[in-house]
Amino acid sequence: MTMEDMEDQPTGTPKKLTLYVAGQTPKSLAALQNLERICAESLPGKYVIEVVDLRKSPQLAREHGIVAIPTLVRELPVPIRKIIGDLSNTEKVLVSLQVEGE
Amino acid sequence: MADIAGIKKSLTGIAGFDDLTLGGLPTGRPTLVCGTAGCGKTLFASTFLLNGARDYDEPGVFVTFEERPVDIVNNVASLGFDVQSLIDADKLYIEHIVVDPSELEEIGDYDLEGLFLRLELAIDQVGAKRIVLDTIESLFSAFTNPAILRAEIRRLFDWLKDKGLTTIITGERGDGSLTRQGLEEYVSDCVILLDHRVHNQISTRRLRIVKYRGTAHGTNEIPFLIDEDGFSVLPVSTLGLNHKVSNDRISSGVPDLDAMLSGGGFHRATSILISGVAGSGKSSLSAAFCNAACMAGEKALYFSFEESVDQTVRNMRSIGTDLAEWIEAGRMHYIAVRPTFYSLEMHLAIMLREINKFDPSLVVLDPISAFVGSGDPLEVQSMLLRMVDFLKSRGTTAVFTHLMHSQEGVTETDAGLSSLMDAWILLLNREVGGEFNRELYLLKARGTAHSNQVREFVMSDNGIQLVAPYIGDGRALTGSQRQAEEARLRKAELERRADVIRRADRLKQKRRRTLAQIEALQAELDADEAELNFDAEAERVYLDQAASDRSDMEKSRRVAE
Repeated sequence: MTMEDMEDQPTGTPKKLTLYVAGQTPKSLAALQNLERICAESLPGKYVIEVVDLRKSPQLAREHGIVAIPTLVRELPVPIRKIIGDLSNTEKVLVSLQVEGE
Repeated sequence: MADIAGIKKSLTGIAGFDDLTLGGLPTGRPTLVCGTAGCGKTLFASTFLLNGARDYDEPGVFVTFEERPVDIVNNVASLGFDVQSLIDADKLYIEHIVVDPSELEEIGDYDLEGLFLRLELAIDQVGAKRIVLDTIESLFSAFTNPAILRAEIRRLFDWLKDKGLTTIITGERGDGSLTRQGLEEYVSDCVILLDHRVHNQISTRRLRIVKYRGTAHGTNEIPFLIDEDGFSVLPVSTLGLNHKVSNDRISSGVPDLDAMLSGGGFHRATSILISGVAGSGKSSLSAAFCNAACMAGEKALYFSFEESVDQTVRNMRSIGTDLAEWIEAGRMHYIAVRPTFYSLEMHLAIMLREINKFDPSLVVLDPISAFVGSGDPLEVQSMLLRMVDFLKSRGTTAVFTHLMHSQEGVTETDAGLSSLMDAWILLLNREVGGEFNRELYLLKARGTAHSNQVREFVMSDNGIQLVAPYIGDGRALTGSQRQAEEARLRKAELERRADVIRRADRLKQKRRRTLAQIEALQAELDADEAELNFDAEAERVYLDQAASDRSDMEKSRRVAE
């Protein structure tokens, strides 16, 4: 971690958001589009998005305890947050991701 | 209607259940097992799954939504399943689906594809033929959108059906419906209801097949139990009235009693009821039956609901029967258990199991009246009916004792059992003349001519004897009255004998006297005869003399001429 990063702590290094999908279903595609839009519009630079296709690696569903699709997981900062659904409500997504009143 | 002949079934390996359903659960279809908390749903499901994996070469997946896999492993380990080795051998996979609602936010539309993927992974991993979902209703507390859940659960069941998996879905009993979330509407093939009821502080488990498409099934509630041997169902339907009868006789252990039956003893494989009031000798007589069976080289099983084994052994020793010897030799098995310890079904189940294990030729239940307090009479009767049928079908002789509270109306037992019994020995304890005497009466003995006499039942260190009572003046006498009567008879007999001797003496004397008279008369007769002979001789001599005188005279006269 560099000094610059330390100073930037309030915004922080981009945290990882993992979006679990199962193939190219309409709900998964909608969720990804919504997430990308929200991050770009309201949370620039705070998150990087990783998309995991469970159809290709189903053991990850077991490992990470995924039941519903699509599921968005934010592991840090704690507590872990899981948001399921196509993220069609921007307000609620923002509330969920800004738990610490940032 | 489904094709009855065409329905395929998968054995559950649950004792009794496969008989009841004629082969187990429908193969490749979902079965709903529902019931209240703690009624054995999970155990039923896991037994089905583990038996499949272990005995029927059908690997399985256990999907648990509540308990942790380690808990499930431990729960069934006590029933003798080595789950870990099945898991290691890739015959079983436990998938733990846990959803924590507190860390979950629902925003927009979703489905449960993740669940499907995880199940598919687990199914493919072991090549599963069976799957258990325990209990999928937990999802309803994790997700707030019931419309999505219902659609997904319906899709899941269809998906499992398409994959040909024999499935058990467990569900908690809801108000007015079989399950809280109405799962029964998604499962149309087979629904099994488990129940757990407490009556008089004794709990009883029951199972009912609510629905089984394509199979004729009884709708009765059938008791089941969970014990160290696992889950077992005890259907009545496997018992019928087609016992083989035997002409073989068994001894009661009381020679006098055997002698009361023509042919000597009771028929083998019959049920014998010994009823009587307290202290009339029921247990002693049943122990005599056991003793006789052991002596004949057979095995006897004694269920006591009142006395402990040591107590019975000591008591029987006092009448000259040593049961301890047989118990040590393994010929006799004594099981003492309080009637209130289990429910009736449990008692029955345990007794059936012990009988199957020990394989005796004689079984004693002492006393059956002890059950009357622990269930309603109908249940007691149905339990005993099953016991009787079971023992008859095995060719086992059964001895039941029944405690009567009163001797009035003795021909009716509390449990209405008399008609089930082939032989009925009635023991009475009657007060006559300031003392109680035991009496025995053979009230009935099907298929055997028997004495109709009431015998006095005497227990001493020489064992049990039946004394024929004194019968006179239109009534039978027992006890000291009998003895007094017998003494009186003996005295009368003595007097009679003395009388006879006296009369004989008198006659002898009279005869002697007569003979003396005869002698005197004979002497007189002889004297008369002697006189008569003398007279006749004198006459002859005279006549001879006269004749000779005359000839002499004639001679001399001729000479003189």
